[in-house]
Amino acid sequence: MRRASVPAVVGGLLLGLLVAAVLISLVWTPVDPLAIDLAAPLAPPSARHWLGSDEFGRDVLSRAMVGARISVGIALSTVACSLAAGTVVGVAAGFLRGPVDRLAMTVNDALLAFPGMLLALGVIAVFGAGATRIVFALALAYLPSVVRVVRGAVLSIREREYVEASRVMGNSEAYSMIRHVAPNASPQIAVLATSMFGWVLLAESALSFLGVGVPAPAPTWGNMLASARPYLDTAAWLGVAPGVCIAATLLGVNLVSDALRDRFDPREDR
Amino acid sequence: MSPAARTARYVAKRLLLSVPTLLLAALFVFVLIRLLPGDPAQVMLGEGADPDAVAALHRQMGLDRPAPMQFVTWLGSALHGDLGTSVATGQPVLPLLLQRFQVTASIVLSAVAIATLLAVAGGLLAAWRHGRVLDRAIVAAATISMAVPSFWLGLMLLLAFGVKLRWLPVVGYVPLHENLGAGLAYLVLPVATLAIVESGVLTRMMRASALDVQRLEFVTHARAKGASELAVMVRHVLPNAFAPTLTLAGLTLGHLLGGAAVIETVFTLPGLGRLVVESILARDYPVVQGCLLFTALIYVLVNLAIDLCYPLLDPRVTVVG
Repeated sequence: MRRASVPAVVGGLLLGLLVAAVLISLVWTPVDPLAIDLAAPLAPPSARHWLGSDEFGRDVLSRAMVGARISVGIALSTVACSLAAGTVVGVAAGFLRGPVDRLAMTVNDALLAFPGMLLALGVIAVFGAGATRIVFALALAYLPSVVRVVRGAVLSIREREYVEASRVMGNSEAYSMIRHVAPNASPQIAVLATSMFGWVLLAESALSFLGVGVPAPAPTWGNMLASARPYLDTAAWLGVAPGVCIAATLLGVNLVSDALRDRFDPREDR
Repeated sequence: MSPAARTARYVAKRLLLSVPTLLLAALFVFVLIRLLPGDPAQVMLGEGADPDAVAALHRQMGLDRPAPMQFVTWLGSALHGDLGTSVATGQPVLPLLLQRFQVTASIVLSAVAIATLLAVAGGLLAAWRHGRVLDRAIVAAATISMAVPSFWLGLMLLLAFGVKLRWLPVVGYVPLHENLGAGLAYLVLPVATLAIVESGVLTRMMRASALDVQRLEFVTHARAKGASELAVMVRHVLPNAFAPTLTLAGLTLGHLLGGAAVIETVFTLPGLGRLVVESILARDYPVVQGCLLFTALIYVLVNLAIDLCYPLLDPRVTVVG
């Protein structure tokens, strides 16, 4: 095994920090993240409020920790849903070819013609905001990219000899797909899943920032940033914490996904 | 066949091929709004609306007819440029869209152009100094820029240059054709923000393809011939390595033209993305529908335009009619 590179280690550390914050927030936060303290609004960082307090006197650190939990939960569920649905469609389209493939690709291209963010906005316009609906909207928005990547991988896998052998042995198409094709596409799917986690986290923050994400008072990094906006000139710390959280998470995700890509695709030396 | 005729045929064929895509996109937009729980007319006008007004809107939207008929009528008027009227303001949707689109387009086009220039310069420099300090610095900067959310960078730039230093205006927008100087002042920060955020991934793409091309024999040959390093990179490596970056820039352009909602919100610009969000919050569905449809069309057209650029870049690529 090769030694891990410096960027991969940094990425792993950043993600480790995120996981730690999420896990700790399950059992403990410095202060109740929803506790309003109107006596001390917009307090600068202090011993009581390490990262300061917001316009309602709520503790920024506690809210950022719970925000991590909500954002990560939404991102993980979205990636899981989108990957599950996308893998089924992508494997079926790429392996069966013919009319199934043509139909799937036509629908896929039509969905790809909408920017992911806009597609999500459209779905939210109809079904409303809220954690589950955001998962649905974002999973649908990223589905076409998953289908495309999985189908691409399957197109090359289906020509390999072990798939041919499985057919010759009289295995059904469904069995070959589940037993031989899908598992061999898993490296590509793993790389995609990592990058997608980053995209979805960013998209969810953006939706929350626009005011169509997880409704208040539940904290997410995006809506913390949005509500910090009017106070930024006097309380800059309100804008720093959520922004740094998003950026550090994305950086961690990108570094780890680069490392994964290098591992699975050693051709490119970056 | 002359190259011009061939190109014309190719464009016609591509446009024809995008018809099913656009039809499906239109169907999707149409169905989406029909999925609204309850009577869309009632939802749009709100709970306490006058029943007569609801009934009138119901008829105006053609909701009393069968769904396939509604789709055909809706699509027919859309093809004639009639995307309905905004429930909130009573304005026709298409002129509203076009007016807002100008704002988005001016920001997005300049930002993507700047980001691409930055990416070409950065990517070539990094590939040229492969493995050295400069290469590492450029890769690190690009990786960090990919991780910074545009809305956060925008807010921080606004805080620094608008609120603290007072160099640039904070809130508002002046159309360029009304006052060029003032208009540009409002565009500097949004364009800079988008350009920085988008340049990261483009730079890495440019660097990766430049590295691949650099290994090829004609580059060694050009060096052996005594061509200067600058000439090697610009004359030989760049034209052969630019296509993937161009594709990515095109995709970015297509996506941003419809989805710059975040940046427009940060800088309070009256663009298309802001219009979508406002219409969603106001339950102004004809406008939401119009925006979605318009964006899909733009995306298809931008992709076509990018495909037509390849033969210009690389004479080996010909347009097949």
